Amino acid sequence: MHPFRRFLRGFLLALWFAGIAALPMDAQSTAAAGSDAPALAPSIEQRLASLEAYIGNSDPSMALKGKDGQVPPGLKTAVSGLPGPGHNTWMMVSAALVLFMTLPGLSLFYGGLVRTKNALSVVAWCFGITSLVTVIWWAVGYSLVFGRSFQSPFLGGTEYFFFRGVGSAPNPDYSFWVSHNVFAVYELAFAIITPAVLIGSVVERMKFSSVLVVVTLWLLAVYCPLAHMVWGSNGYMNGVWNAGAGIQAIDFAGGMVVEMASGFSALILCLFVGPRLGYGKTPMPPHSLILAVVGTGMLWIGWYGFNAGSALGSDGIAANAFMTTTLAAAVAAGTWAGFEYLVRGKASVLGFCSGAVAGLVTITPACGFVDATGAMVVGVLGGAVPFFAVTKVKAWLGYDDALDVLGVHGVGGLVGMLLTGVFATVAVNPNLATNLTAVVGQTLWREQLKGIALTLLWTTLGTALIALFVKRVFGLRPSIEAETEGLDLNHHGEEAYIFDEKS
Amino acid sequence: MKLIIAIIKPFKLNDVKESLATAGIEGMTVTDVKGFGRQKGHTEIYRGSEYTVDFLPKVKLEIAVSDEVVGAVIDAIVKGAKTGKIGDGKIFVVPLEGIVRIRTDEQGESAV
Repeated sequence: MHPFRRFLRGFLLALWFAGIAALPMDAQSTAAAGSDAPALAPSIEQRLASLEAYIGNSDPSMALKGKDGQVPPGLKTAVSGLPGPGHNTWMMVSAALVLFMTLPGLSLFYGGLVRTKNALSVVAWCFGITSLVTVIWWAVGYSLVFGRSFQSPFLGGTEYFFFRGVGSAPNPDYSFWVSHNVFAVYELAFAIITPAVLIGSVVERMKFSSVLVVVTLWLLAVYCPLAHMVWGSNGYMNGVWNAGAGIQAIDFAGGMVVEMASGFSALILCLFVGPRLGYGKTPMPPHSLILAVVGTGMLWIGWYGFNAGSALGSDGIAANAFMTTTLAAAVAAGTWAGFEYLVRGKASVLGFCSGAVAGLVTITPACGFVDATGAMVVGVLGGAVPFFAVTKVKAWLGYDDALDVLGVHGVGGLVGMLLTGVFATVAVNPNLATNLTAVVGQTLWREQLKGIALTLLWTTLGTALIALFVKRVFGLRPSIEAETEGLDLNHHGEEAYIFDEKS
Repeated sequence: MKLIIAIIKPFKLNDVKESLATAGIEGMTVTDVKGFGRQKGHTEIYRGSEYTVDFLPKVKLEIAVSDEVVGAVIDAIVKGAKTGKIGDGKIFVVPLEGIVRIRTDEQGESAV
């Protein structure tokens, strides 16, 4: 049997058995929840304070806690265990917006930038990743990032395997007013777009089956641990919420987890895959900049869910992220196109698009921590540094990162992480005062540097091992004939455009 | 009989067609083609990648005419296609050995 088929069959079988094993445990946990202590009545003050916590996006059980810091058994208000409608609405909209970034935003952006014969293959990769990651996330991924049972700063736990116990009640580890299942789906959309961004470096020349194998392994071995380190409540690099964090870094919406991880992994993967046939000799211009523009607009719109949604509620921090995201994107778009005008006399549409995406990438780790002035600086540098990475550094080094994932996402994410360390302020985000008063505005940039270093090490090493393994066992590239003729016909049996020339 | 082949700038096609109609020409074959002469191509830049596009889009006209109108037809094409700038195109005149009108089996001059 073909090794990929064997792998796929084994994987599906394992999922099936694990799913059956998970079912009875669900029933047990529901039964256990039924036996409550006799109900205590909350005071008017306690009920009011619980409701006020909804407006402030804070803990509704705070008002119920006794002197020992514990809520007396049985004491609850009418809002205990319920999601807050406003926060929940925003997070459902945000989750949909982040999914919209991949389907169809990134698919069109990337699809437009490749040649006609490979346009559909890019969409197929994005769609395939969406389906694949959803299954992995439901089965184990979400739990490995946001579970706690391992008690580890590097990986979550097993308690949420198969979304067991992930219901509509909020999970106070992450948000007091957002349904646990909405949170899980919101984070799923991040786990989808990260590998979808990653594969931009190897478009037009990788086997579809090998893309899926690489993404499976990468999500489990690279993404899940990294996301837990940065966002897990006991994560190694979660400076905001983990008092005992080994590295007190801050990353609001994924400068390390999404942008740097995809960018630097993309570089490593494209080095293993090798350049496209004829790279540097044959012209490989984008087949439709119009599609790329449409995709860019969708990415920008979707990024509001990505950045402002990362506040995990419809609060003042979300409002600030909404504003900074807009400023940085627009300024970076103009900066990139402006540099093009200075360097070669023409401002290009692809330049505006690239600048907008680079600005959105760069503001990602910073959006909930910096003010308007900070966002403007992030916007200028977020346009300028990736511009030089893409137009100059790449040419010097000569690797074929087809859609500039390293230059835009890797470099942009890195710059954003550093600038976050410089411009983060408690005035914008009061949560920075919880554990970080000693470093914010002073040596936070050093913590950011440590976070950057660990992310670089983790993602490049992990991706190299995975790429090496998949190259040995499955092979990474299609045949020369298939690559020359195009992946659309060869892997998917269809063409993106059929213009009937006969009447 | 002659076959006149003209390579012109695509946006001049309508002007040429009109001036040919004025000269009494009632039929032609038009093809989109690519090529270059002294005009050469142009450069396109996508992010860091620079491509020289050597082959520019042109339109090719093919017109079969009787010997006595060759001069008038050439004049009409030049009149319609000239911009005076590099890249205006060329006209080739080729001897034509025979013509058949498929519908009526007419041959030679009467089939022009």
